[in-house]
Amino acid sequence: MRAEIEAFFPRYPTKQAVTLPALHVVNEHLRCVPLRAIPEIARMLELAPAEIYDTLSFYGFFKASPCGKVRAWVCRSISCALRGGEEVLAGLSEKLGVAPGETTADGTITLEFGECLGLCDYAPAMLAGNRVYKNMSVEQVDDVAARLREQAEGTT
Amino acid sequence: MANFEPVLLANIQKPDSHTLAVYQAAGGYAALKKVLGGMSPTDVVELVKSSGLRGRGGAGFPCGMKWSFLPKDHPGPVYMCVNADESEPATFNNRILMELDPHQVIEGILIGCFATRASTAYIYVRYEYPTSFTRLEQAINECRAAGLVGKNILGSDFSLDIHLHRGAAAYICGEETGLIESLEGKRAWPRIKPPFPAIEGAFRKPTVVNNIETLANVPHIVNRGADWFKSMGVPSSGPKDPGSYGPKLYCISGHVNRPGCYELPLGITCRELIEQHGGGVWKGRKGKAAIPGGLSMGLFTEKEWDTPLDFAGPGKVGCLGLGTAAVTVMDETVSMIDFLHNACRFFAHESCGQCTPCREGTSWSERILTRIKHGKGRLKDLDILLSISGSMGIIPGTTICGLADGAAWPIKNAVNKFRDEFEDYIQRTNPAGYSQQEPAEALGLVELAH
Ligand SMILES: Cc1cc2nc3c(=O)[nH]c(=O)nc-3n(C[C@H](O)[C@H](O)[C@H](O)COP(=O)(O)O)c2cc1C
Ligand code: SF4
Ligand code: FES
Repeated sequence: MRAEIEAFFPRYPTKQAVTLPALHVVNEHLRCVPLRAIPEIARMLELAPAEIYDTLSFYGFFKASPCGKVRAWVCRSISCALRGGEEVLAGLSEKLGVAPGETTADGTITLEFGECLGLCDYAPAMLAGNRVYKNMSVEQVDDVAARLREQAEGTT
Repeated sequence: MANFEPVLLANIQKPDSHTLAVYQAAGGYAALKKVLGGMSPTDVVELVKSSGLRGRGGAGFPCGMKWSFLPKDHPGPVYMCVNADESEPATFNNRILMELDPHQVIEGILIGCFATRASTAYIYVRYEYPTSFTRLEQAINECRAAGLVGKNILGSDFSLDIHLHRGAAAYICGEETGLIESLEGKRAWPRIKPPFPAIEGAFRKPTVVNNIETLANVPHIVNRGADWFKSMGVPSSGPKDPGSYGPKLYCISGHVNRPGCYELPLGITCRELIEQHGGGVWKGRKGKAAIPGGLSMGLFTEKEWDTPLDFAGPGKVGCLGLGTAAVTVMDETVSMIDFLHNACRFFAHESCGQCTPCREGTSWSERILTRIKHGKGRLKDLDILLSISGSMGIIPGTTICGLADGAAWPIKNAVNKFRDEFEDYIQRTNPAGYSQQEPAEALGLVELAH
């Protein structure tokens, strides 16, 4: 991870600018940014740990304990909501047995609500990992959940 | 207009439209060659100025004029920040450009950086666009290998580095100074302006911030000239109106038969977009309302659908502006209470929290709407909502950035244009107490918050 983070240094005039890239590197490896990673990142970037934490905590994105193998964002914004996005989110939540923001007990899937994912032409839409799920409906919730599990199995 | 030739989307139907080979086969990078073959930065700025190109990111600021604000004798470095944070609800045209024609974007960046003497460009891509990110990354790598990005591009004195920077799911990173703060590794708190980024931007250096679609227009202006660009769109109506020229990527979603991104000359009406391109309101239903240009811009009633979607049009019917020209259609079954609840929840979630009127105004309006929705509304809530929405934003002068104006407009438009529906709903769902009764809490019942 260190080498990956250091590779960003030449791109920016300050080390602080590597904060987000560093957090993404850690998050991609660990599926979270544990508290104990913060002083280490801070040392690499020559910052106070509080500065890293300040930035990290601004984004609801980085979590302290690991997300599932697949993190699935169901859009709840207007163009999706008009076509049943909130119902899909509620359906998936029930099917997976977790509220948005939570991870299934077996650690495979983290369900999230998203704000407009820029996929309004495919509403209601979901982004899971790098995969886009288009034009979902409540009737398809079982199928979507199954595909998510399948996707998680293919992820290391 | 019937036989409008697509400009920005001319390539996207081709197989492998995202590759350098396909882009070059269609004449790609000819504009860059023309620029490097004898134009000065000032020539390019003047050309873009005379084309009338206005920013497509939401504010509609004249692009050439923005470029002319960068100091000409600065020792450097000068930066370009390319705004690919596209997060305005209902907007997805930048995604299509990045995924399907990334080289067009990069050629625009190269010319923009040449014109502004920028030596490094950062493309800030929202986290939710992984395919855009990969396609841009591949395209930049192809360019490096071909001598189109890096030192002494095509053998000239012009050098440029382009780096991708990935966001972390926060709408405010699309506001230009929030973007800069985020790029610098800080929380994305927009800055008080002035100083404007052109004078003091990223890393305290002169910086130009442009939207993806704005930049994608630039190679075409270089190739075909300002007059060609001005042959499309709506001419200026007087000295104070910079006009609405060129092609525009209109997004349409919600209750239509054919959601999508359609390239048209600026100035088509919302109704034409819906009926001729979006395939009309779905399920044979009637229309009720539409978001004119991204959620922040407010609301058209169905009667206002004949408004032209140019920079001046939406403002004439009380909306905030053209915004991103992304239309969301609502059919006759949609409750305006649900619409407004959804809108208020979005802005409450996305306010960065540094200005009190915005932080409190967005979260209180969400709580009020939640309470109304759950049948505990009072008539005077409507006036409270109007008072909140009238007092937050750059326009009333109370906040640092325009997120608050964008939060205010859906409230103003929905409550003013659909007041009867709100009053009926409140009277119907809370007959005992709709008039003046105080709710158990000043502004919301905690247990109703979710
Ligand atoms: C809350 C907020 C969010 C914004 N989001 C974006 C965005 O996602 N993309 C964008 O290009 N501009 C966005 N803008 C507008 C930018 O601040 C800026 O005007 C624009 O990037 C300038 O580029 P342009 O002149 O090429 O349009 C946003 C503005 C505000 C106030
Ligand atoms: S207006 Fe809102 S989003 Fe903008 S800086 Fe102030 S608090 Fe942040
Ligand atoms: S509103 Fe859901 S993707 Fe845009």
